[in-house]
Amino acid sequence: MAAEEVKLLKTWSSRFGLRVVWALKLKGIQYDAIDEDLSNKSALLLQYNPVYKKVPVLVHNGKPISESLVILEYIDETWKQNPILPEDPLEKARERFWAKFNDEKLLPSIWGAFTKEGKEREEAIAAAVENLKFVEEELKGKKFFGGEKIGLADLAFGWLAYLICVFDEVTGFKIVDERYPLLLAWMQEFSQLPIAKDNCPPHDKLVIKYQALYEKLHPAK
Amino acid sequence: MSEEVVLLDFWPSPFGMRVRIALAEKGIQYEYQEEDLRNKSDLLLKMNPIHKKIPVLIHRGKPVCESLIQVQYIDEVWHDKSPLIPSDPYQRANARFWADFVDKKIYEIGTKIWTTKGEEQAAAKKEFIESLKLLEGELGDKPYFGGDNLGYVDVALLPFYSWFYAYEKCGNFTIEEECPKLIAWAKRCLQKESVAKSLPDQEKVYGFVLQLKKAFGIE
Repeated sequence: MAAEEVKLLKTWSSRFGLRVVWALKLKGIQYDAIDEDLSNKSALLLQYNPVYKKVPVLVHNGKPISESLVILEYIDETWKQNPILPEDPLEKARERFWAKFNDEKLLPSIWGAFTKEGKEREEAIAAAVENLKFVEEELKGKKFFGGEKIGLADLAFGWLAYLICVFDEVTGFKIVDERYPLLLAWMQEFSQLPIAKDNCPPHDKLVIKYQALYEKLHPAK
Repeated sequence: MSEEVVLLDFWPSPFGMRVRIALAEKGIQYEYQEEDLRNKSDLLLKMNPIHKKIPVLIHRGKPVCESLIQVQYIDEVWHDKSPLIPSDPYQRANARFWADFVDKKIYEIGTKIWTTKGEEQAAAKKEFIESLKLLEGELGDKPYFGGDNLGYVDVALLPFYSWFYAYEKCGNFTIEEECPKLIAWAKRCLQKESVAKSLPDQEKVYGFVLQLKKAFGIE
């Protein structure tokens, strides 16, 4: 059998890169991790992702794939063990809908609450509250977004499990609070999964990074 | 079991057009329901409570939302006719990447062209042309993005062609001058009945844009 060559270009803290790491670990795929310095992008990254010049990029036998959700579906279709998408088209559509909801609605609203000030921040918080309500509703009667096992949507939402507590600590403001008991329970379950437990960026290092970013964005007056 | 397919849509929506093309390519009979977006139907609000947007595809009573997700759903359910997405995983990933690129770039930047002026509009026009040129690069010498037949990326991008005239009039520029290959591609696609019957007339879209500009007080 020909040797499979799998490389993953990412950064140590990239939440989009991390979901690819989890998928690769879930399926037991060996890969080489290449951590990029985004202030000094490698020639390899620019060659493999000329359109966006961003991480993550998966390179399989020399062929690059960019955009994390595209990468996740590629991984699922190439390596069939521990599937992250169901067979049924309607269920597949549901997983894709929620992964997209995280990327286009939930994550940007929480990120806005972290980065913005004044009226913009209030609006971001209001949007986040609304988005979190929808997510909470979706978890009714389920252990994971994928049901009994994690799927594409869980991998997309996975950043919440390790990054929300960092934002809480840095801002002193709890955005995922007791109004969302199902989501809090899901975050616990997800963080206890072997793929998450063994493959999350160190909490202290994240606090330092986001503390520095927060101070830069909100200079003390 | 009834194969009943209903599409909640709005005639100028490029996202709705994607679904129309996909359904037409597959020869699927469906009920088209035009929504008044200032007075959304109970059905729309029930079937898409989160985004409250069109298009909504309802199949056997169950909703599917988000146009590219709908196109993939249609391709998977009616998989035996006119496949839109390649079967090879790498080619599938490539198709998904470029359809996502259309989503990220074309709609938002196109909107900026008709809603802004001056420097902001000039920047939008520049980025729009650059994005179209990248798509031309991806098309290469193929008749369609899907190769010999219409594919996922063709379906994702084609609807915006019906908005090109509006962008050109509002932005005072000619897209064909900069991207002749892409215009040739669009005209080639329009020769297909599935595309021709799914896209509104460009002048009609321009008329709609002028109405919107008036309503929003945009010069």
